[in-house]
Amino acid sequence: MTAREEMLRRVREALGGSRGAHPPVPRGYARRLTGPQAATRADVVALFTERVADNRAAVRHVGADELGTAVAAALWGREAKRIAVPADLPFGWLAELDGVRALADTPALDLDALAAVDGVVTGCAAAVARTGTVVLDGGRAQGRRALTLVPGYHLCVVHADQIVGTVPEAVTRLDPARPLTWISGPSATHGVEGVRAEGVHGPLHLEVLVVED
Amino acid sequence: MPKFAAAARPALADTGLRRALRGTTAQLRGRAAAAAAEPADWEDLREAGRAIGEEALLNLDVHLEDLERAVTEAGGTVHWAADAAEARRVVTGLVRASEAREVLAAASLTLREIGLDGALARAGVAVQETALGDLAVRLGEDEPSHPLSPAAHRDRAGIAELFRRAMPAAGADLPDDPEALAAAARAHLRERFLRARVAVTGANFLVAETGTAVVVESEGNARMCLTLPETLICVAGIDKVVPTWDDMEVFLQLLPRASTGDRMTPYVSSWTGVTPGDGPRAFHLVLLDNGRTRALADEVGRAALRCVGCSACLNVCPVYERTGGRPYGPVHQGPIGAILTPQLRGVESAAMASLPYASTLCGACADVCPVKIDIPDVLVHLRGLVVDSRRRRPVPPPEMVLMRGLAWTMGDPRRHAAVLRRGTRWARLLSRGGRIRRLPGLLGAWTEARDLPAPPAESFRAWWDRTRA
Repeated sequence: MTAREEMLRRVREALGGSRGAHPPVPRGYARRLTGPQAATRADVVALFTERVADNRAAVRHVGADELGTAVAAALWGREAKRIAVPADLPFGWLAELDGVRALADTPALDLDALAAVDGVVTGCAAAVARTGTVVLDGGRAQGRRALTLVPGYHLCVVHADQIVGTVPEAVTRLDPARPLTWISGPSATHGVEGVRAEGVHGPLHLEVLVVED
Repeated sequence: MPKFAAAARPALADTGLRRALRGTTAQLRGRAAAAAAEPADWEDLREAGRAIGEEALLNLDVHLEDLERAVTEAGGTVHWAADAAEARRVVTGLVRASEAREVLAAASLTLREIGLDGALARAGVAVQETALGDLAVRLGEDEPSHPLSPAAHRDRAGIAELFRRAMPAAGADLPDDPEALAAAARAHLRERFLRARVAVTGANFLVAETGTAVVVESEGNARMCLTLPETLICVAGIDKVVPTWDDMEVFLQLLPRASTGDRMTPYVSSWTGVTPGDGPRAFHLVLLDNGRTRALADEVGRAALRCVGCSACLNVCPVYERTGGRPYGPVHQGPIGAILTPQLRGVESAAMASLPYASTLCGACADVCPVKIDIPDVLVHLRGLVVDSRRRRPVPPPEMVLMRGLAWTMGDPRRHAAVLRRGTRWARLLSRGGRIRRLPGLLGAWTEARDLPAPPAESFRAWWDRTRA
């Protein structure tokens, strides 16, 4: 008997006649934000901003027409000289860059090149207000997972209409067939005396630009 | 493995360890309590988490077959391992085939459970731990004391000392603040991540419907392992299966808040099979039984298989806080370990039989469990199994002899009063400073893990007779 057959046989034997009908999963939890915190769209965006900051990431609001300037200002603020970007990043996002070289990830940059850049700029697939999370799925303007993992600084552009209130709303929107990365603040460890310390393996700094269209 | 009470003795005498543990558990406990108090629907989420876990287990065979099909369709390979030896064989074979001399590991309890490090070492392959705490434990040639904070028993000075010795690049004057230690670990491991060809990880959840593996973490070392190498091997217990992708909306809310007290841990990664141009080219999922089906067969005890590994129960446990993780054995520690380990391995050995007694039954663990595992209920159930397993022995165990004697004594008031009088006198002779540290003979087993207050000079009955009669 193969291990597979043996394990399935054991499972069936263990369950025996005890299965049968069982009540459906009670799903009385909140699917959407309610209450004064989420009366309007603007409230949801404001909550997202507050929670991103709680996660110790930098967060700023910009108008759609100021995005290029804001991206450039953020990179200058970090004294970035060379950055990596997904090949399909909208051109306008980098239009104001001056003195910063953007390396497109096509053909794929090798890991040493990724480790040597000063940062990475991406978009996202969705964002969650309640937890201050951005989710990347490798889709448009996001690139492969290594891009947002190896460099020490990640600048993530979130359009206000990508922000949902809750985790259930985000899970419904996302396609599990794609590789997903949920990012809530910079890399952190609790490894020493249970105290949170930033930066072990992932980006040490996360900065989020919320674009109000 | 020795009995719990014996294994706990050195830890109880180590004041440094107790101070470090008290600090870590208090931190985590406070953060988790605040995080659970925030959402108004926390109790609804717990109830949903409990029900999904039950549903997952009650149809586990169907879910496992669905999972296998979905992973395979997405370009992954599924392996089945009935026990630890088989899992070691599968992983070692895969690593050998890759011809890698070093593999990266994002530590998981499952990897410890199957003893992967030793098996790979024998095959000439070095295993590099990648999480900060695990790295410290490895450098200290030590055992982890907490599943989320493996180095919880060491303070910052101790960890800095280990890093200074093992990471010459960090410098002899590496300060002992947590930020500096994190930076040193980052620098030390960077090169290894960039060169790695094979990584081994666990998984927090496996979604049967879609074949998706989910890993929840803070540091990013798991992201490194599951993204950068060419080959990813993931070893996970069959109890990690959840039925549908939508179920993740519950666990992604419950787990981070209950474990580190984050609204969401810094990173959650999920992947389904392989994705061309992004991440490993080969994905192997090793499904491990190793006693889980034995636990599944126990209708009360199977609740332990719902565990999502948050470690909230450890952080509130008065016993764990004083003994640390080691007395519970090498893998599953704290209250959940006390019910899971004896089920995975059977209660026949003295060490396993001692675990259900490693508790005060105070119930704090059940109150905080995000998937509502009634740990005290299972502890009591397992104590029953332990007693039953001994009832069949030809020589009755001391407790049973004692209980029978007690039943006879208490069956008659005069007999009871006489024994009480005599017993009191003897007990007071044994006491020092109002406490009895060790009872003689068979009774000694009871004082192995506790002191007994000396009885008062006069029993209540005697006092009543003297003053009221």
